[in-house]
Amino acid sequence: MTASLDTTRTPRRIQPHLGAEARPVIIVFGALAAMVLLNLVLFPERMGVDYVMQQLRIAAFLGILSAGAMFVLLTGHIDLSVPWTLTAAAMVGAGVHAAFEGTPMAALAIPAALFTGLLAGLWNGIGVAYLRAPSMVWTMGLNALLLGLAVFYSGGYNPQTAASPLMREMAVARLPGGFPVATAIWIAVSVLAVVILYRTPLGAWIYALGRNERVVYLAGIRNRAVIVFVFVWAGLCSALAGVMLAGFSGQAYQAMGDTYLLPTIAAVVLGGTRVTGGSGRYSGTVGGVLVLVLLGSMLSLVQAPEAFRQIAYGLVILTMLLVAREGRST
Amino acid sequence: MKVFTSRHGRLLFGILILLVMLAIYFSVHPRGVSIRVVESLSNAGASLAFAAVAQTFPVLTGGLDLSIGGMIALTNSLASVVLTGSPLQIAFGFVLVIATGCLCGLVNGTLIVYGRLQPVIATLATGAIFSGLALIVRPRPGGDIPIELGDVFVTSAFDVLPMALVVLAVTCGAVWYPLTRSRLGRGIFAAGSAPEAGRMSGLNVDRSIIAAYVLSGLFASFAGLFLGFQTLAGDATIGVPYTINSIAAVVIGGVALRGGAGHILSAIVGAYTLRSINSILLFSGAPPLAQPFFEGVILVVAVVFASLGLMRQPNRLEALR
Amino acid sequence: MKDMAAVTADRLGLHGVGKSYGATVALTDIDLTLPSGTIHAILGENGAGKSTLVKILSGLVPPDQGEVAIDGVTVGIASAADALRLGVATVFQELSLIPDLSVAENIMMGAAPRNSFGLIDRRGEARQARAWLDRLGLRDIDPAERVLALSLAQRQLLEVAKALATRPKVLILDEATSALGSEQVATLFALLRELRAEGASILFISHRMHEIDQIADACTVLRDGRHVETFAAGSRSHHEICSLLAGRDLAQVFPPKRAGRTGEKVMSVRDLACAPRVRDVTFDLHRGEILGIGGLEGQGQHDLMLALYGVIRRAGGSIALGDGPARIQAPSDAVNAAHRVALLPEDRKVDGLLLSEPVSRNIVLSVMQKLTRFGIRQASVERDLSARMIERLRIKVVEGGEMLVGKLSGGNQQKVLLARLLALEPSILLLVDPTRGIDVGTKQEIYALIRELAEAGASIVFLSSDYEELVGLCDRVLVVYGGEVAAELEGEEITDQRIIQAAMNIGTEGARAS
Repeated sequence: MTASLDTTRTPRRIQPHLGAEARPVIIVFGALAAMVLLNLVLFPERMGVDYVMQQLRIAAFLGILSAGAMFVLLTGHIDLSVPWTLTAAAMVGAGVHAAFEGTPMAALAIPAALFTGLLAGLWNGIGVAYLRAPSMVWTMGLNALLLGLAVFYSGGYNPQTAASPLMREMAVARLPGGFPVATAIWIAVSVLAVVILYRTPLGAWIYALGRNERVVYLAGIRNRAVIVFVFVWAGLCSALAGVMLAGFSGQAYQAMGDTYLLPTIAAVVLGGTRVTGGSGRYSGTVGGVLVLVLLGSMLSLVQAPEAFRQIAYGLVILTMLLVAREGRST
Repeated sequence: MKVFTSRHGRLLFGILILLVMLAIYFSVHPRGVSIRVVESLSNAGASLAFAAVAQTFPVLTGGLDLSIGGMIALTNSLASVVLTGSPLQIAFGFVLVIATGCLCGLVNGTLIVYGRLQPVIATLATGAIFSGLALIVRPRPGGDIPIELGDVFVTSAFDVLPMALVVLAVTCGAVWYPLTRSRLGRGIFAAGSAPEAGRMSGLNVDRSIIAAYVLSGLFASFAGLFLGFQTLAGDATIGVPYTINSIAAVVIGGVALRGGAGHILSAIVGAYTLRSINSILLFSGAPPLAQPFFEGVILVVAVVFASLGLMRQPNRLEALR
Repeated sequence: MKDMAAVTADRLGLHGVGKSYGATVALTDIDLTLPSGTIHAILGENGAGKSTLVKILSGLVPPDQGEVAIDGVTVGIASAADALRLGVATVFQELSLIPDLSVAENIMMGAAPRNSFGLIDRRGEARQARAWLDRLGLRDIDPAERVLALSLAQRQLLEVAKALATRPKVLILDEATSALGSEQVATLFALLRELRAEGASILFISHRMHEIDQIADACTVLRDGRHVETFAAGSRSHHEICSLLAGRDLAQVFPPKRAGRTGEKVMSVRDLACAPRVRDVTFDLHRGEILGIGGLEGQGQHDLMLALYGVIRRAGGSIALGDGPARIQAPSDAVNAAHRVALLPEDRKVDGLLLSEPVSRNIVLSVMQKLTRFGIRQASVERDLSARMIERLRIKVVEGGEMLVGKLSGGNQQKVLLARLLALEPSILLLVDPTRGIDVGTKQEIYALIRELAEAGASIVFLSSDYEELVGLCDRVLVVYGGEVAAELEGEEITDQRIIQAAMNIGTEGARAS
């Protein structure tokens, strides 16, 4: 007797699992390979170890941000407070460093910055998990609040925004052999992310939440705690990136985070993570980051005006998403 | 009556808040209640109102349009180039600008329905493309929109009724009235409420979703045009705050982000509420540096209010939609 | 009224219709003809192909083979809009109402009156909707109300009104009475008879034999996607029909009940109240007993189960587990309590299972954190647990433990869900309609499993809308009416009669004034 299909209502299309989850990852690395090839052909003289290291360093900032954003997107939510969490954390770090310069307390600069990210994440997470506020507007609200606080603070008082030496080290220094410290930090964050997502129950719950929060709730899992966790994780990643970016440019400044929101989300989505959550591999996110960074560099080398950069960005994202969707059976 | 309030409860609440804000605004404004003051507030909020209306349609389908800022920038830049010359040329320019907005919306809708892309990410990408195109059309702010043309829209008819409000009312009414009395419109609500049920009922839900994004482009072009009439110029970076603010306006006015329920008036109410709060802060002597902060506070408060209903729900499972 | 007299061809004809989903054959070689002016019942177990048949006729799915003919003309029904245009209206089991739209907008969806500009005439729409509401006995409903404010029974009737409003030639009712009370069913049947007199052909799909006896002219039995037999109503006994449905001689077998007393109290509920439907519930649950909960639709019994699990906030009263009061404010509390409580939700596809995840992931979902070492998941431990459960419950996984749950049959999906609960090793199991939509064979396995668990010391609360199950399986039965316990039956007292009486609040000494 053949197994009969229970054809009563299926609430959502049965989404593809691992086998098809690999498809977007393959596509993104394919695109990456294509870009590298293009670079080699167009700018052979530029290609060298130094250039690669430089790209890897730039990728580290976006990479850490995307690691944070990915966790949130996997649960089906979104964090739009990245720009100003990043900036606020950087400003706090610079401020603490300036306040305690010369004393041992100056070492608190980076922890203070990370703590800022933690607080931002808690605010976001508690609002989304307990108030059931829609994450898009709730994180948007925090972004506006932080912006307002920063404007007020920097306008009224003369803030010290110089980055601390440690921050600069994190961003600019290289390990013996030439490998950038920043990229090493990104790798460390990635290792942690991969362990959490694929080797702990928490990771399984994060994916499950994106698939169906009702099921997770009724299965006796603390769904709200998981939501708070992903936002805190994103906040910490934003703060870390902020600290490093401040180190990279030598100071914390107001517009430093604005250009990072779109690429962060784009990198995660390009890597195959669905905006609705529940599906996506971390390797894809890494690939997405590298593709975007390479794309940005190529556009810089060609000295493309801002207009073309924007258009190229949008077109690349759309094309890759459409290609990833094509050929899917649903 | 009870049914009316339950169905339009959020809109009514939004109107109440708006009236309160207006009352405060007129009492705080140095020149009090006068035609000029009403006119200037109408003008200050009109472009955001158009943007919020634009955002309403995709939100009703359960999606979101993050390219509104880009579409406004593009149509505004285009307007600054084509709205010059003879009346015939200007008329043609109008058509061109509006058609561009609709075309942008069509692109969005097609990507979402046939490309099966998530609205958030699709419009994020197209927004970048539209902004880029705007920069190509208008690399630096400028333009030659004739002042007579601009004056038509920023002054008041018979010196009493601000044209901005008239245009808003006419365009919104002309769209909303037939839309809510057609299957296309019902399909828009179905898309956000229960798309499968909509299809089972014989509605062409896909066509409705595309229509929603085209309408978004249409009203974004109105916003771009209006900004042109106000500044008599085009600026490719002018769209940036409109995306986020259109979402805030829509939320404050009472449209549910999950889709399926909402009224076009909510968008207008929310937009003017935001603008009057802005202006109130300006006139009440609050430190100008604190303004962005208060804008953030208002958004947070609005979201908390909107979410409170869910919190009181005794069945916690129902709160997890 | 359209002139439907003197039609010589059959109103509806299916010839050799078949449909497969991949390797699974849902329907094959179906021949069916309906003259005009008839009510034809379709019977079949879950998985027999009824819903596929409905989907084909309503345009949601195209047939792979065969043809559909209406009034003798072969037609292709490519979409729901097509079906409506051809005069085929369906009352869907999974309702096709738009919750955020009004009652009037929903009812008149397929037949909204237009004004001279081609726009929908809202006043006319409301007026016609009002007329339909009255005809269906829904006088209290305002046509401007939104559908999401209505109860399931009201929505089912709206679904019927919506189909009737299109004045169909062919009307299909797919389990349209599942939430209705007997009075509402009577009103509906009166309308169906009117429609029949006007010449429409009606397909009536239902599980409820007594309703089919009342209304049908002819019956067709489907089994495993095939047409088994068509006969005139009344010409077969219920017993014969059951055999036809299952393909074998059917004896509903329940495992033997417990002899003797059950153990100490594991749960005590006192004066429990939850908005809006649970008013005042008091009962005890003992170790090793199967406590049944029955009653008519919407009397609060579903909310009661959710309240015991921490999903619904208590407005009054108390729940005690073991000897002390329990602070259960969320399922995570219930699952981690000293006397672990586990719930099997009513709708396994929406609330119970992650359909796009493998069987193994679903089984270990609730206990993952207990299977870790230093916080790291141990794949082999998880796999072992999953394999043990698959074996214990005899879950048929054609592709092994990594098979996606969404591809399993209803019965096997339910077993996966049960496996997840059992992995918790709970003291108390709350089962909500666990055999809904499941084939007979799996049902028996589940009954046996439940009795086994009770014998091993677990306590089970078993909510069911099927009186036979309550009579056959439970040691004690509580019947709920109006948010309160109307009757408590034990042992010999548990009979169909007494359950129905208490459910309808009639005839018993404890009958309450409603």
